[in-house]
Amino acid sequence: MSIQTLYDKLWNSHVVREEADGTALVYIDRHLVHEVTSPQAFEGLRLAGRKPWRTGSILAVADHNVPTTDRTQGIADPVSRLQVDTLDSNCDELGITEFKMADTRQGIVHVVGPEQGATLPGMTVVCGDSHTSTHGAFAALAFGIGTSEVEHVMATQCLLMKKSRSMLVLVEGVLGKGVTAKDLVLVVIGKIGTAGGTGYAMEFAGSAIRALSMEGRMTVCNMAIEAGARAGMIAVDDTTIQYLKDRPFAPKGALWEQAVDYWKTLRSDEGAQFDKVVRFDAAEIKPQVTWGTSPEMVVPVDGSVPDPEKESDPVRRSSIEHSLKYMGLQPNTPITQIQVDKVFIGSCTNARIEDLRAAAGILRGKHVAPTVKLAMAVPGSGLVKQQAEREGLDKVFMDAGFEWREPGCSMCLAMNADKLEPGERCASTSNRNFEGRQGPASRTHLVSPEMAAAAAVAGHFVDVGKL
Amino acid sequence: MNKFIRVDGLTVPLDRANVDTDAIIPKQFLKSIKRTGFGPNLFDEWRYLDHGEPGMDNSIRPLNPEFVLNQPRYQGGQILLARENFGCGSSREHAPWALVDYGFRAIIAPSFADIFFNNCFKNGLLPVVLDAVSVDDLFHAVSATSGYRLVIDLEQQSITTPGGKRYSFEVDPFRKNCLLNGLDDIGLTLQHVQEIKDYEARRRLEAPWLFN
Ligand code: SF4
Repeated sequence: MSIQTLYDKLWNSHVVREEADGTALVYIDRHLVHEVTSPQAFEGLRLAGRKPWRTGSILAVADHNVPTTDRTQGIADPVSRLQVDTLDSNCDELGITEFKMADTRQGIVHVVGPEQGATLPGMTVVCGDSHTSTHGAFAALAFGIGTSEVEHVMATQCLLMKKSRSMLVLVEGVLGKGVTAKDLVLVVIGKIGTAGGTGYAMEFAGSAIRALSMEGRMTVCNMAIEAGARAGMIAVDDTTIQYLKDRPFAPKGALWEQAVDYWKTLRSDEGAQFDKVVRFDAAEIKPQVTWGTSPEMVVPVDGSVPDPEKESDPVRRSSIEHSLKYMGLQPNTPITQIQVDKVFIGSCTNARIEDLRAAAGILRGKHVAPTVKLAMAVPGSGLVKQQAEREGLDKVFMDAGFEWREPGCSMCLAMNADKLEPGERCASTSNRNFEGRQGPASRTHLVSPEMAAAAAVAGHFVDVGKL
Repeated sequence: MNKFIRVDGLTVPLDRANVDTDAIIPKQFLKSIKRTGFGPNLFDEWRYLDHGEPGMDNSIRPLNPEFVLNQPRYQGGQILLARENFGCGSSREHAPWALVDYGFRAIIAPSFADIFFNNCFKNGLLPVVLDAVSVDDLFHAVSATSGYRLVIDLEQQSITTPGGKRYSFEVDPFRKNCLLNGLDDIGLTLQHVQEIKDYEARRRLEAPWLFN
């Protein structure tokens, strides 16, 4: 066998057929579905008189529109409710496994899939959602698709695509105190830019990646899309295998042994060639805070808001000016002087159990600053919530003045009732700081869970490495 | 799917880099379970001075006169001229749906985000990648001339300016064929049912845990 990258291995094992021009029909093992990007696909299928190819490959969950407060009353917004009801009825009608709103296993699709063992190494995983890259943490080829493709996968179990180029992101060394997977990936995005990974499948490797937990690896792969890469991935090792053992959808008994033997081959071979390699030194990474309206607009917490005057490229200068105006920030303001109005700990980037533990670690025995109007913790799934409550983390959050909510996407994109008021500034553990992302005229600063918790306590950003 | 062969259309310049899908169609409009009707909310936050919600009568909302789509000279635009990394962010196909529903047939930019780029082809919307210098030239020409139209010919893979200047562009042959003929991807793939079944049968033996 020739020397291959992890991406080569995943790609080659899923090509059903290939045209002369390189367009391939790629088989899909796992199809995750949520309520926002699926209704038109189900409808298209129905209009064409088609049935899903393999319902067993589909796992559905509503996450974007669900309320994070008391759910016994259902969803108040009729438009949101219709979308969730539509998912329920489509799944019921076609016999698709769905975790409904009242199910403890309900949560953000990218938290639920891995937690259930529905995401396995060596799989192709798709979802009508760009953060599907998250699942690449398990050495799966996982990427977001549009609704037409959701319909295509349902109807044919395949996708038409061309192979991407490959990029290796190598992070060697040890992360410093208070520095997390989130900071690591923000540094990568800051360096290569939000379009730096466009057209690439990105593999993260190196000792700093190896040292991350699965939760941390998911945070990293989750944000590969913010660097423009449709897929991010990390090789299998013992951490991967330990995480998957005994998960409900994971293989058991002899099949488990057989699977593990195969999974251990899922890494780039020694000497494998990548189209591009970028290197980072983990020791140099500091806690990060975004200042602008794109995830690449990021600086270390001990840095300052940039000065457009110092930017020579006119397109970049105007984009900095535009962002600063939107964000209501003055050039050269030290990051630690930026006051926050609200704090959001949640999203498919940072709402897993480890994230909540890390934030609770900062909050224990402390209280949210009086200037902070609202601090909320939204677990990634019902099971994460349950686990956190078993560990008493809910008490830590509530004692500190946080609201402890039901699982869902929540204020990551503010499609439900959770949103910022115009002009409000939020320390958020989510993944996008686009204009209007957390509500009209909202201002988002992306940070790690530790940094968000520390900002809640201080009322402004602080360097958690120095606490 | 709608065919795309040749478009002779009024060109609208949107002079911003990294235009993301949240800007193209804000999330409150994603709650729809339909594919159509997104046009009036295309670029909603830039286009209107108030905050838009589903179900509002958009014809009576206050327009932002500064925004390019609201300027009289750009009414009826079919070609959008944009800057780099257009369509970054989410995978929502609502973004191309909104552009198509508004009346756009093609977008010209130096680069596009991957998923958005892909989604365009599925909806008969042609994304054209042109080098940054040429795009910049077009931006100057569009703003200098009222009623500026470009002709995009997919068969020839060319863009022609009113002055007769021609730019050629690359397009994937498979996608080009689908657009020229308005072919439905699913129908095409289903011509290979047997190969998919054979693949599946082989995988059931090699990796049975995938079929639990
Ligand atoms: S948490 Fe945010 S980024 Fe993740 S799936 Fe939900 S809306 Fe998308």
